Amino acid sequence: MATQVKESTANAPGALSKEEILRYSRHLIMPEVGMDGQLKLKKAKVLLVGSGGLGAPLGLYLAAAGVGRLGLVDFDAVDFTNLQRQVTFGTSDVGRKKLEAARDRLSNLNPEIQIDTYETRLTSDNALDILREYDIVADGTDNFPTRYLVNDACVLLGKPNVYGSIFRFEGQASIFGYPGGPCYRCLYPEPPPPGVVPSCAEGGVLGVLPGIVGCIQAMETLKLILGSGDSLVGRLLLFDALRMRFRELKLRKNPECPVCGEHRTITKLIDYAEFCGIRGEEMEAKPLGVPEITPKELKTRLDRGDDLYILDVREPHEYQICNLHGHLIPLGDLPKRVNELDSSREIVAHCRSGKRSADAVQFLTNAGFHKIWNLKGGILAWSDEVDPSVPKY
Amino acid sequence: MGVKVMIPTPLRQYAGKRESVDLEAKTVAEALSSLTSQFGELKRHLYSDDGRLRSFVNVYVNDEDIRYLQKEKTALQQGDTISIVPSIAGGTE
Repeated sequence: MATQVKESTANAPGALSKEEILRYSRHLIMPEVGMDGQLKLKKAKVLLVGSGGLGAPLGLYLAAAGVGRLGLVDFDAVDFTNLQRQVTFGTSDVGRKKLEAARDRLSNLNPEIQIDTYETRLTSDNALDILREYDIVADGTDNFPTRYLVNDACVLLGKPNVYGSIFRFEGQASIFGYPGGPCYRCLYPEPPPPGVVPSCAEGGVLGVLPGIVGCIQAMETLKLILGSGDSLVGRLLLFDALRMRFRELKLRKNPECPVCGEHRTITKLIDYAEFCGIRGEEMEAKPLGVPEITPKELKTRLDRGDDLYILDVREPHEYQICNLHGHLIPLGDLPKRVNELDSSREIVAHCRSGKRSADAVQFLTNAGFHKIWNLKGGILAWSDEVDPSVPKY
Repeated sequence: MGVKVMIPTPLRQYAGKRESVDLEAKTVAEALSSLTSQFGELKRHLYSDDGRLRSFVNVYVNDEDIRYLQKEKTALQQGDTISIVPSIAGGTE
């Protein structure tokens, strides 16, 4: 009899093959997963938005766990700065499309699953069509417009949105859009204005942090599929890696929420760039209305012995990475250290990319300095155009 | 009442790099006012120009969102922890 039952299971549609039984044996021998749970995983369809730091552990663990269909949305290529945390990718992947590299890695990890890739930016025009095919969405994006887009699309479609977000040493995780539960807009009705919260590219992130937060998202995704345990629905988990402390806060459904409340005003996807205050002209580099000098011009003037004072407005830890032997005054300290500068000398201010030093030039101009220039493109441009031995970061 | 205000990572640069600040206050409004008088730069990150708490910054007393208590009038008990939790978007693409 036992043999018959086994055979009939093996032959039933959606059953596990002998190879899959071996592969998932450490799940199958757990009563909390077992054959029923593993079949739920196999039937599950999960969409990962973003193949970056959070997407890496999400993709790897969900593929390894046997989630039957994984969708990946991204449009970037792998670069060297990704490798510190995006552990899906290897050095030989640099320059490749992230989705191609991720597909190779994940299908090598688990050839039993289906991987669908969407080489596109998620937009109001395509989000509903892409998300509709999946049971659960895991949000690993890095910007506010896409976060609100994913939230609203999930609420409109009734799909749970497994959320994770990070900044330097700190992470947040929760589940939004679960039927009856709160959504991202219940937590934060509006995004911060652009520029107020620094991105990871500006603020930096310890590589392990997205690993931990992405693993929490992966765990919550598996629990939703299995229907087991206490999920993060209604709770906001805060993680402080420096203090190695987890805290949790109550997350309530806002009855006045514009997308999931009783009197909702958002019933279709909107323009999220506009909602987040990012308009066309702000997306492009702001024309900086301060006098500039190009790296080549600066090099020429230094070579001919002009008496130029180089002011570096970056942080001391950046100075250690590379410098042009300038005088270091971090932008934030400039107001109280302005007396260190001589307004009768010609000054060239620089930072990494030219943004902070433009603010410095503006500040100093207002303070009465008139022989001052911003190094266009910063030390990055200096490395590109004058001295390639200066490392870029 | 002696209470502790937890400063989130993105705002620590405006709060003397402190992780938390201990202060005396009877209400959330008093606590935040005391905090921003110590650290002037925090003010524009917590409040909009019309003096309201910014909508991307949430404030909790212990684990409860003050929007579901008495907002900034929420009374504090000795030993309460106030958490400032701004939205962060990072996923490191």
